[in-house]
Amino acid sequence: MLSPVILVPAVLNGLMAGAVYALVALGLTLIYGVLHIINFAHGALLTAAMFAAFFAFTLLGLDPYLAAFLLAPLFFACGYALQRFIIGPAAHGEDRNFLLVTLGLAVVIENTLLYFFRADTRTINLPYAFDVVAIGPAFIAVPRIIAFGAVIAVATALWIVMRWTDTGKAIRAVAKEKLGAELCGISVAHIYAMTFGLGTACVAVAACLLIPTYYVNPTAGEAFVLIAFTIVVLGGMGSIAGAMIGGLCVGVVESFSSIFLGESLGQIGIFIMFIAVLLARPSGLFGARS
Amino acid sequence: MKPYWPIAVVVALLAVVPFVTGSNVVLNFLITTLLIALVGQGWNLLGGYGGQYSFGHAAFFGTAAYTTAILQVQYGVNAWFGLFAGICTGSLVGAVIGVLCFRSGLRGSYFSLITLAFAEVLRIISSVTPITGAGVGTLIKLDLRAEAFQFQSRAPFYWIALALVALSLVIVRMIENSRFGAYLVAIRENEDAASALGINTFSVKLAAITISAAITAAAGCFYAQYFLFIDAAIAYGPWISIDALLAPIVGGAGTLFASLFGAFVIKALGEATKLLTGDAPGLDRVIYGLVLIAIVGLAPRGIAGLLTALSRLPFRAIARPERGNA
Repeated sequence: MLSPVILVPAVLNGLMAGAVYALVALGLTLIYGVLHIINFAHGALLTAAMFAAFFAFTLLGLDPYLAAFLLAPLFFACGYALQRFIIGPAAHGEDRNFLLVTLGLAVVIENTLLYFFRADTRTINLPYAFDVVAIGPAFIAVPRIIAFGAVIAVATALWIVMRWTDTGKAIRAVAKEKLGAELCGISVAHIYAMTFGLGTACVAVAACLLIPTYYVNPTAGEAFVLIAFTIVVLGGMGSIAGAMIGGLCVGVVESFSSIFLGESLGQIGIFIMFIAVLLARPSGLFGARS
Repeated sequence: MKPYWPIAVVVALLAVVPFVTGSNVVLNFLITTLLIALVGQGWNLLGGYGGQYSFGHAAFFGTAAYTTAILQVQYGVNAWFGLFAGICTGSLVGAVIGVLCFRSGLRGSYFSLITLAFAEVLRIISSVTPITGAGVGTLIKLDLRAEAFQFQSRAPFYWIALALVALSLVIVRMIENSRFGAYLVAIRENEDAASALGINTFSVKLAAITISAAITAAAGCFYAQYFLFIDAAIAYGPWISIDALLAPIVGGAGTLFASLFGAFVIKALGEATKLLTGDAPGLDRVIYGLVLIAIVGLAPRGIAGLLTALSRLPFRAIARPERGNA
């Protein structure tokens, strides 16, 4: 069972799947790192973005990879508006309220999608969806390689934005010292909303990368929420590099546990890891903050 | 000492309903409402009074429901004993989760996340292990005798649900009046300060999650007896965890009647939505979500708090500022 013919594809496939998880987690960790809230609506927003990518393809004939360039700004705007006009004002600055408001938002988004599109599972057919590339003994699907590259690109772009732009500096300032940033003339409400928008844009890109090989139904995003939480906890809340490494790790763990435990029990590997990490090291493996 | 008579009045009023109407629709609505009230009252003790927001009360509900169902179907155990056993296993799960979480100092969002993860792990396990019936679920045999906790008509079910809710109200009021209740509220308001005052926060929180789990577990057993069917998605699904926190928050978390009141509001809203839109899937849940956001945003103390604020209006120009940016 442990021959390289099985192991190498398992690791490679795990890494490829993990990259998309990492992107979802990146959005989550960014929001946590700045707003210090856990965004429960993240999965629902992912589902919404997957539906958007699906309909961009079926109605407009837009290739999902091109649609990413349209959906990312669109979801950035959605995220900005949600935080600025709904989540922020409704939460009154209390952690518990953030949890409840985003939970409510998740329920609303998921069930609105259920109402309009029913519980049907939809998939799209791309001409190149089943093309494979041979890497050593493994055959890797082309969409997964594209996804892997795209995630690296997005993470790098995000890192550049955070490092060198004024907005990025303001975001880091707010994350470090909210009151101090405000005294320097930074609008905290605006920066919060920008961060939420960036996190939501990550999710939109992830949805476009997922849709060629995955399916969409009103609960499709749910599967990714706890995985993303696991990655965020594993990588340390708020750490971008941690999210990337954590994502890749989780991808490989999932790939192995589905080999050894089977498809449905395979998910348990992730949850157990999640619980174990939370109980043993709540600050994460790479997190500095306790 | 907060008085017990309001509980007696409310329960007495609700108890006469089956004499007024024999309509199965009305009774069914009231039974499911009381079920949610009971689930929510468990959450209310831990979340409302103790400030520990669990997102995984399904773990207790489901464990209890499966316990009684499996004991009856696989081992031929009496259903009333199943109720007792279910409450025991449910609170045991609560105690185990409590020890693990509180021992490692998990608070706030982390606690919410890990309870959600525990419920999910149990859901996945129960959807594959043979003893729970795996994906098929467990069907309890029809046996319409009072000894088997099954009844011809809905009225006895209704009174039993009401009795359980009444019991949970009395328990919560007793806790409110006790030293333990004061400790719990102190922990909600400021855990570090409570700890500095010498409160053993670990054991108080552990006791709270165990009692909370026991109350929710009772609802799980009742569910299994009433619907006679249970599967992984029902027992451990997110719907029950959400209803558990929605009802008390809508009613005004941390007050005695929060859950009962909130359950009536959300159930009535859900039914009204179904009535207006036909059987459109999801729309009632959309309303629930909007209500949750609106309550948190506009009335953080729930409807009970809103009413108090409104009653003060004639005397004060502005209602007392809500506990917000504290």
